[in-house]
Order: sequence, then C-alpha cells, then structure tokens
Amino acid sequence: METKSVQKDKNFFQKLLAHPGFRSFAAALACILIGLLIGYIVLLIINPSHAGEGMSTILKNFMTRNSEKLRLKSLGNTLVKTAPLLLCSLSILFAYKAGLFNIGAAGQYVLGAGAALYCALALNMPWYVCLLAAVLAGAVFGAISGALKAYLNVNEVISCIMLNWISLYTVNSVLKDFCPVGYKDTFTLVSKNPSAMLPTLGLDGIFGNSSVTIAIPISILIAVAIWIILTKTKFGYEIKATGYNRNAAKYCGMREKQNIILTMVIAGSLAGLAAALLFLSDFSQWDINQSSVPTMGFNGIAASFLGGLHPLGAIFSAYFIQHITDGGASLDTRFYPVQIADLISAIIIYLCGFVLFIKLKMLKASGGIPQKRPDMEADIKHDAENKKGGDK
Amino acid sequence: MQQIMLLIQYTLVYASVLTLVALGGCYSERSGVINIGLEGIMVMGALGGALVLGCISPDLPGIVIFLAAVLAAIVFGMLFSLLLGVAAINFKADQTLAGTAMNMLGLALATVIVKALNIAASGGSNNSAEIAYTATREKLLLAQGTEFSMFMILTAIILAAAYVLLYKTRFGLRLMACGEHPQAANSVGISVAKMRYAGVLISGALGGIGGLVYITAGVSKANFEVGVAGFGFLALAVMIFGQWKPHRIVLAALLFGVFRALANVNNGFDFLTALNLPQPVYNMLPYIISLIVLAFTSKNSHAPKAEGIPYDKSTR
Repeated sequence: METKSVQKDKNFFQKLLAHPGFRSFAAALACILIGLLIGYIVLLIINPSHAGEGMSTILKNFMTRNSEKLRLKSLGNTLVKTAPLLLCSLSILFAYKAGLFNIGAAGQYVLGAGAALYCALALNMPWYVCLLAAVLAGAVFGAISGALKAYLNVNEVISCIMLNWISLYTVNSVLKDFCPVGYKDTFTLVSKNPSAMLPTLGLDGIFGNSSVTIAIPISILIAVAIWIILTKTKFGYEIKATGYNRNAAKYCGMREKQNIILTMVIAGSLAGLAAALLFLSDFSQWDINQSSVPTMGFNGIAASFLGGLHPLGAIFSAYFIQHITDGGASLDTRFYPVQIADLISAIIIYLCGFVLFIKLKMLKASGGIPQKRPDMEADIKHDAENKKGGDK
Repeated sequence: MQQIMLLIQYTLVYASVLTLVALGGCYSERSGVINIGLEGIMVMGALGGALVLGCISPDLPGIVIFLAAVLAAIVFGMLFSLLLGVAAINFKADQTLAGTAMNMLGLALATVIVKALNIAASGGSNNSAEIAYTATREKLLLAQGTEFSMFMILTAIILAAAYVLLYKTRFGLRLMACGEHPQAANSVGISVAKMRYAGVLISGALGGIGGLVYITAGVSKANFEVGVAGFGFLALAVMIFGQWKPHRIVLAALLFGVFRALANVNNGFDFLTALNLPQPVYNMLPYIISLIVLAFTSKNSHAPKAEGIPYDKSTR
C-alpha cells in the first residue's frame, strides 16, 4: 500500500508490521494476553493456592475431561454455543461497518428466541418455520432502531438498550405458558415437538452429542457470506461508505437512510437467527424468570472487536470467547466465582478500545508512518471527522 | 390514599436515582466525553456503598452511616470512571466501546468481588452475589416505614450545586466550553484534558451515589448478578430529554420516576386494576416511554457539539 516506496530498507519485523492483517492479529493477541494476565492476577488475589489450577481450567476447557469421548462431547457443547455467539458478533460487526453500534443484538437475540420457541411449542411448526420466525423477529427490532436513527436521529445505542429490556419482558411473559408445571424453563423440543429440532446431518454421531446440529456449519457459511457481501458487493461498499461519512455517502447519491435501516435489519436478523440456532438445537431452554438480558449479545461485541472486525476473524474470536467462558463455568465454585470468565471477556473488550493506539504504535515501529495517514483511514471506523458531534 | 403516598415515595426514590445519574452523564458529556458506561459506574458505586452498609455497625448514628456509605460510593464510582477517562482522553479510544466494556466489567467485577467475599466468609458454602443490610438501611430513612430517606435531601443539594457549578462558576463555563469547542477553549489556555477528566470524575461520583440510592430503594439487599437493570441507560434518556440542562433533567427524572414507580405499586389503584394490564407491561413502561420521548426529542437535540470526539491539539 502506501509503504511500497520505502519498503526496500526494512528488516523482517518491519515488513511484518507493515501488513495490516498482521497488525490486527498482533493487537488482538496483545488484548487476549493482557486480559488473561489480569484474570490470573484476580485469581491470585481471591485464592492464591488454586490460581494456577483455576487458570488452566479456564484455558483448557474440554481438554480437562478424562476420556476421548467426553472431550469430544464437551467440545461439541462449546461449539453449539459458539454458533450463536458467532452470529451475534457478525450482527454487531456488520452494523459497525455502517457506523452503527448494535448493542441491541442482545435484545434481537431475545426476541428471536421468543419467536422460535413460540412457533415450536405453541404452533407446532417445523424447524425451518421457527428459524424464519426468529430471523423476522430480530429483523423487526433491528428495523425499529434503524428507522429511529435514520429519520429521528435517536442514538441507536440507547434505543437498542430500551428494546433489549422490552424484548426481555415480552418474551418472558409470552413463554410463561409453555413450561412444565412448576418449572421455570420451557419444555424441551424433544418432549413436545421434535420436528422443530434442527437437522443434524450425522454431526451428532461424530461428537456423540445430540445438540450438535447444522447450526455450526450454517454459522460459518454465514460468516463467509457476510465477508463476501462486505468486500465484493455494491451494497457492502455503500454500507462502508455510509459508515465512514454519512454525509459524503449521501452526496454521492447513496440512499444513506435506507442503507442505515437495511443494515440494522440484516444485523437484527443475524442476531435473531443466532437465538434460533441455539434454542432449536434443544441444547438449553428459555428461563422465564431471568431478570437480566442474556449475555450472548454482549459477548458478541467482544468477539467482533477481538476478531479485528473481520467476519472470518470473528469465527476464531467467537470460539475463543466461548472456550474461556465454558472453561470458566467449570471452575471449582468452592474457590472461585464462575463470572471470572465474564470479567476476562470484559477486560478484553475494554482493551479492544486501545487497539487503534496499539496498531498506530506498530505502524510507527514498522517505519512507515505516513504523512497523511492513509492507513489510519482504513483502521478507524469511527473517524472523528465524520461524527461531527451532537450525534444524538 | 395510602397508595398515592406509596406512589409518591417510589417516584421520588427513582427520580433521585435518575437525577443523580443523569447529572453525572450531563457533566461528562458537557466536557465532551460520551459516558455510556454509567450503568457500570452505578454498579461499582452500589458495591462500595453496599460493602459499607453491610459491614458498618448499625448502632452508629444514622448520619455517620449515611456519610460513610456515600463516600464509599463516590470513591468506587470515581475510580471506576477513570477507566473511561484514560481510554477516552489519553488514548483517544472509541468512547462507545469503552463505555460498553465498562458496563460489562462493572457487573462482572462486582459479582466476582461479592462472590469471592461470600465464598471466603463462608468457607465455600455460600457463593451467592448478595449483600444484605437490613439494619443499616433503616437508619438512613427519615421516617420509619416509608421510603423517604436522606438520599432525597442529598439529591436536592446536589441538584442545586450542579446547577450553580455549571452555569455560575468559572469552572462550569470552562467545562462546557470544552464540550462545545475544545479548540477555542484550549487556545485561551484551558487544559481540555484536565476539564474532561473533571467531567468524567464528577460523572463517576454522581453515578456511584446513584447506584447506592438504587440498591437501597425499597429493598434491603443487593444482588450484584442483576446489576441496576438498565437504569444507567434510562438516565441517559433522561439526560437527553432534559437537553443536558440540570433544571430540565430533574423534571424529566420525575416523569420517568412515576412510570418506574407504577411498576411497583400499580395494583393499588382502582382505575389501573380496571384496565387489567399484565405486570410485564408496567415493567416495560419506563423503557417504552423513553423510546417514545427520544423519538420526539432527538431530532432537535442540543447535544454538546464536540461530544464523543477525542480532542486533538493539531486540529486547533
């Protein structure tokens, strides 16, 4: 790119640092390492004698199981939850490309879960109808935030948060009629409507885990599809242009309002689909007593930023986040609270805020600090100039 | 009649929380830093206050308990808000991202700390994230059996102080200048970084107190796994509805407070019972109302011009 002219007199490291992909990778790695280090320090403070053991439980996750069979099954469990996490992170990164912070993925996910389970348990629909219902439900909530942003200038972060709580209360009250008497969880699909379960295509046999379904390949295919949309299509180009500078996009004849709404619709449907992939796997049931919005959507923020806001990077970062979350869940609760893993993810997200700074330092170290910072333009998604303040 | 008294009490409690936190947000945004992390700050402030209320002897005079808890909430809130200050002011990070991370971090950190304390105190058998403070909370009430507490007086004092500080002092005017046009402020010798730190720290202190008031509202134990149920964001809506002005913020907070209070006491009113709305509708009301209010007020909002934009000296 811009560094071509000065590339001759550089050593190996400088060449490596001059590559934007490597800088993203190295910055993500730095965030993970610092996050894990702080997590380890927290373990040490709480209970020094078990800290090493606790950290290895978090990092090893399924590898701590005794037999090959159990390890595979446990890996399957992590993968089942990675698929929705990946879709949530795609939802957030897709919106972020258009300059929108879709913190509402959490609520779109909740509504998707409600729609899928309602179709499955109340209407006895087959799985593909449930899936579609979840996608539509998420899309509707996405569209509301998008329209409020485009036409009424409502900050999407705040409208999304409000919708998160609205969807939680709605879904809890809609699903409360579909629980076995005396239980707070909804019926399992297997007991009520097996046709609503996602097909497995033999994947359940490979992992020895009945919850491993086509959800996993679907999520990876969608990640690839999002990557193609963003990099190879006109629509993707317009979205990114709107994200860089909404006014410039409008000036160039792009329908920036429509693009904002469409972006949120797609982001919403991805989050809705995420919920369907989890709940139609019959892996877990909806708890109608839950009083806070499920963390899946928020962890999606971690996954998307850790993956360098790249759809393919998100595949790996989503797996990593789910890996340490499941590892954290198997911590010995006599010594440690399981939320340590949440703490580590939160620290990693916080550190992702510094990624731009880290990348800039690396760019300087590569010897290629450009005069008019063309490379930063590719890195900064929220360039200060195009926000112009008062963005409420 | 009794129900109306109850509604007034809860309205004032929730309006106090929203006023305090929205004023915090107002100070931060007036200095030019968007503070989405208020929710996390509230949780940390609540943690500080709850730790004091849980440990301090209930035999002490009420005012001592009150001051100790408020002080702890302020310290915890301010320390936590430094995370936003460092990221937004020194490292020019994306303020929305940093704030979101703080919300998750505050919840996770408070849960981990409280659970670790409970685990240590019980030898591993109690791993709940709850702190109880029944006896000390009663000391904070102005009249036993009601919800009128010292916090309401504190809120009134803070509100008046916030108004005077922002509009009538050199500090406040300088703070606002940094949120409107930091380049101009800097060119006359005002340190934008210092002013923005001041704004963020004040929001930390007020958010912390707000968190403490929230967890003592009608309940005598705090469960940190639940956090503060989106109140930090409601406060942001109150702030926008109040157009970043303290005297309007308090009116907006009262409006939201009524709807939030209805979720607690709706079953006592005949005309509401006649409507026969399910409880979840009342729970949703504050959020629905704020969405509607935002839809009508955001178009012509008077947000500080430079909020959310990291200050870069070279743009002067």
